[in-house]
Amino acid sequence: VFKRFVEIGRVAFISFGPHAGKLVAIVDVIDQNRALVDGPCSGVRRQAMPFKCMQLTDFVLKFPHSARQKCVRLAWEKENINEKWAATRWAKKIEAREKKAKMTDFDRYKVMKAKKMRNRIIKHEMKKLQKMASKKGKKPEKLEKSEKPAKPAKAKKSEKVQKAQKVQK
Amino acid sequence: MAGEKKPSEKAPGKKKTSEKKPAEQKAGQKEGGEKKKRVRKHHASRNPVLARGIGRYSRSAMYARKALYKRKYTAPETKIEKKKKEKPRATITKPVGGDKNGGSRVVKIRKMPRYYPTEDVPRKLLSHGKKPFSQHKRRLRASITPGTVLILLTGRHRGKRVVFLKQLDTGLLLVTGPLAINRVPLRRAHQKFVIATSTKVDISGVKIPKHLTDAYFKKKRLRKPKHQEGEIFDTEKEKYEITEQRKTDQKAVDSQVLAQIKKVPQLRGYLRSTFCLSNGVYPHKLVF
Repeated sequence: VFKRFVEIGRVAFISFGPHAGKLVAIVDVIDQNRALVDGPCSGVRRQAMPFKCMQLTDFVLKFPHSARQKCVRLAWEKENINEKWAATRWAKKIEAREKKAKMTDFDRYKVMKAKKMRNRIIKHEMKKLQKMASKKGKKPEKLEKSEKPAKPAKAKKSEKVQKAQKVQK
Repeated sequence: MAGEKKPSEKAPGKKKTSEKKPAEQKAGQKEGGEKKKRVRKHHASRNPVLARGIGRYSRSAMYARKALYKRKYTAPETKIEKKKKEKPRATITKPVGGDKNGGSRVVKIRKMPRYYPTEDVPRKLLSHGKKPFSQHKRRLRASITPGTVLILLTGRHRGKRVVFLKQLDTGLLLVTGPLAINRVPLRRAHQKFVIATSTKVDISGVKIPKHLTDAYFKKKRLRKPKHQEGEIFDTEKEKYEITEQRKTDQKAVDSQVLAQIKKVPQLRGYLRSTFCLSNGVYPHKLVF
């Protein structure tokens, strides 16, 4: 049922408070509500932090409890947590949300145009397939062709993502 | 002067001395003259202090000691006094028609009032800092710079995106969606009823004609009823007609602005579109 546990070395994401949005490693547990926490590579000083503001990630580091900051830093850099984190979907979603909030009016217009173009292409392909399917009747070929929309949709999606990234830059 | 007339013959040393003398004389004269003009050094107080705030001599004694009987200054004649000396004409003679009227009359220029109110108007209290509109300070939001794309919020062109050109003397913004793009001509817009976006067009090279002022854009109203109650309301301008001058000015400005707009991809389409809110879009959360 539970897959991520509070343990020494667990990397956590701080969701609110003064250090919101940063990653920390749990160094020790103080009591039921607080942990000693340290984020040498993310600019968080070694301090006590309540569990409530932490959200556990999938990453665990290897260091003994109450290890000093140098050890935590070494373990962090050995595992390359910063890069691994940036590659997770979680981090990407956060980034996308931030970019969306920063969109200016002009960017919103560009995104709207890109979306429109993409949807048109998809619709066009769908209609083509539907037409073909209805023409040839209820043959098993239908199943093969219904798989096809996934490919052109993905191709257009990547185009759209590229355009959206251009816009957001 | 005599020394100056013998420069070539005499030795250069002598020349110098001869030239020096007139120079010295001149310097001497200069100093004397300067001394007369220069303010003399102020004398220390001629009234020795007995205790703090108490001098040895009385006012009249001090008058004598300072020789104020000799020093009487008058203030230089001010411009007001100069002007006052020129007394304006009080009467004027005007020719009068008619046979037996004597040809002319002497008429007062400034006549006595023909009506005195029953109660005098009380004197108004002094106030300061109440300036007429023409002298008000005009401010412009920092987000609005020449070339900014603005969103008009009120008026006939509400929701349209438009390019800002400059601020006029009354504080209104001179704006043009280029006419070819969104049918907004050279027009004035009010700063308060406009959203400034962060999109800017580079207008530094665009020259805006100088005759585009507030007077150019002001609405014209015909006000000459010829005492005919029948057709007064028809003669006033009902339909606004676009003058040729406006068309030429529009072309002149737009051609320059359009050239800059075409350089930015998708900007033309952006200016063509209108701004609108839909579900889930909150203006206080939008970044413009």
